[in-house]
Amino acid sequence: MTTHLIGDTAILTGRSLRHITRSLDTIITTALTPIALMLLFVYVFGGAIHSPSMPGGSYVDYLLPGILLITIASGISYTGFRLFMDMRSGMTERLRSLPIARPSVLWAHVVTSLVGNALSLVIVVLVALAMGFRSGASVLAWLAIAGMLMLFTLALTWIAVIPGLAANSPDGASAFAYPLILLPFISSAFVPTDTMPGPVRAFAEHQPVTSIVDTIRDLYAGQPVGSGIWIALAWCVGITVAAYAGAMVTYRRKTR
Amino acid sequence: MTTISAIEMRGLTKSFGDLAVLRGVDLDVPGGSIVALLGSNGAGKTTIVRILATLIAADAGTATVAGFDVRTHAEEVRRSIALTGQFTAVDEILSGRENLVLVARLRHLKDPGAIADRLLDRFGLTDAAARRVSTYSGGMRRRLDIAMSLIGDPPVLYLDEPTTGLDPEARREVWRAIKDLAGRGTSVLLTTQYLDEAEQLADHIAILHEGRILVEGTLAELKQLLPAATVEYVERQPTLEEVFLAVIGRRDALPDNDHDAVHLGGPSPET
Repeated sequence: MTTHLIGDTAILTGRSLRHITRSLDTIITTALTPIALMLLFVYVFGGAIHSPSMPGGSYVDYLLPGILLITIASGISYTGFRLFMDMRSGMTERLRSLPIARPSVLWAHVVTSLVGNALSLVIVVLVALAMGFRSGASVLAWLAIAGMLMLFTLALTWIAVIPGLAANSPDGASAFAYPLILLPFISSAFVPTDTMPGPVRAFAEHQPVTSIVDTIRDLYAGQPVGSGIWIALAWCVGITVAAYAGAMVTYRRKTR
Repeated sequence: MTTISAIEMRGLTKSFGDLAVLRGVDLDVPGGSIVALLGSNGAGKTTIVRILATLIAADAGTATVAGFDVRTHAEEVRRSIALTGQFTAVDEILSGRENLVLVARLRHLKDPGAIADRLLDRFGLTDAAARRVSTYSGGMRRRLDIAMSLIGDPPVLYLDEPTTGLDPEARREVWRAIKDLAGRGTSVLLTTQYLDEAEQLADHIAILHEGRILVEGTLAELKQLLPAATVEYVERQPTLEEVFLAVIGRRDALPDNDHDAVHLGGPSPET
């Protein structure tokens, strides 16, 4: 019943958040790969890559938005994994046989994903600060960045729900994240797109990561975001809607 | 039984793709009784339980639980039932007490902590209450699983192969818990592939085979379907189960063997 949807989602989110707090390694391993990439690109490749013509100040300033998206892409694989484990253990069926608002079973995993990824993002930003990342962005701009990252997390989380429901093995439930982690490499996240050959450049400039990365970069550089933010928002909303529809189809097929 | 049926199934059918799992199942569970649904793997037992728990929909036929149609009044059905599935569905990362509190909160009951403590006591889990479930034995998990089902005292309980995978001692623990429940007036639909389990626990036994109920009745009625019993005297060898229980010091758990000298049909080895 809809009257219980929020209450039941809160109770079940409390449950899966305990899974996170009791295995903090999921937060740390989520943050570890992006941090390693950030160290690698700033201290190993950065000197060769970075040129004064690139927007932003230091290379870590340029790099951070892409690193944040990689963090989210690796974080949502745990969402798929946790959902898969609930499906396999029969926990989902137990919950669905209770007199609760049924959508709360999935929404609890989605909210948990938003919280877990936010924690990983905070860790990555703190490391970036230690590496010299600085921003003069206003509170409003930071709120916009947080909102954009949450929307991107939401979009990828609903993608993660699909293999979480449908997979036959824990590996299958989390492996889908790898291509998503690679997507920022073929975008403006690490280098400007204008050095890329024609077809690669065309792909890079018309995939979601570039518009989101450019928007976040403009926001924390305190620059006007222009029309790019609308493209970024359209991508996030579009992916969310499509993935949500896919997740619902998978969910119905599993429960028929 | 003169009471109203807790569960009524009429002509239930269900196919998965080309595979017809249920081919017209009719079965009643009278209020306050234990009915065992006996069948081999793949007979369709779990499919029936999932339909009755509103987890999947039947292709045709009707089923009512506590007077509510599973198709049109799913919410009321879920309020009336508890499901203990084939695989113990407990949260391994939470403690036993937290699992119970979770279900009590989801059922919107007052004082979930007190409800959890009472059930922990009743199922002998008080000492393990604060431990993570991942450290529990198979028998403890199953008892916790059943305890979770009982929160909110639903009048109808489905137990889907509740002792599969348990050692003999844990099995007896679970049997005691089920007998205790039926004594309190809960109607139980029990699925099992163990003949002795049905014999030990059930008031009525229904044999499900290839998607249909072949026979149904009390144990005495089913026994009448076979040729009359002949009395024969045989030297009784202890079963391995009895040896196992005796050796580990659980003599109290030995089954009552009075009827073991009676065999149905067959030539007597002493003549």
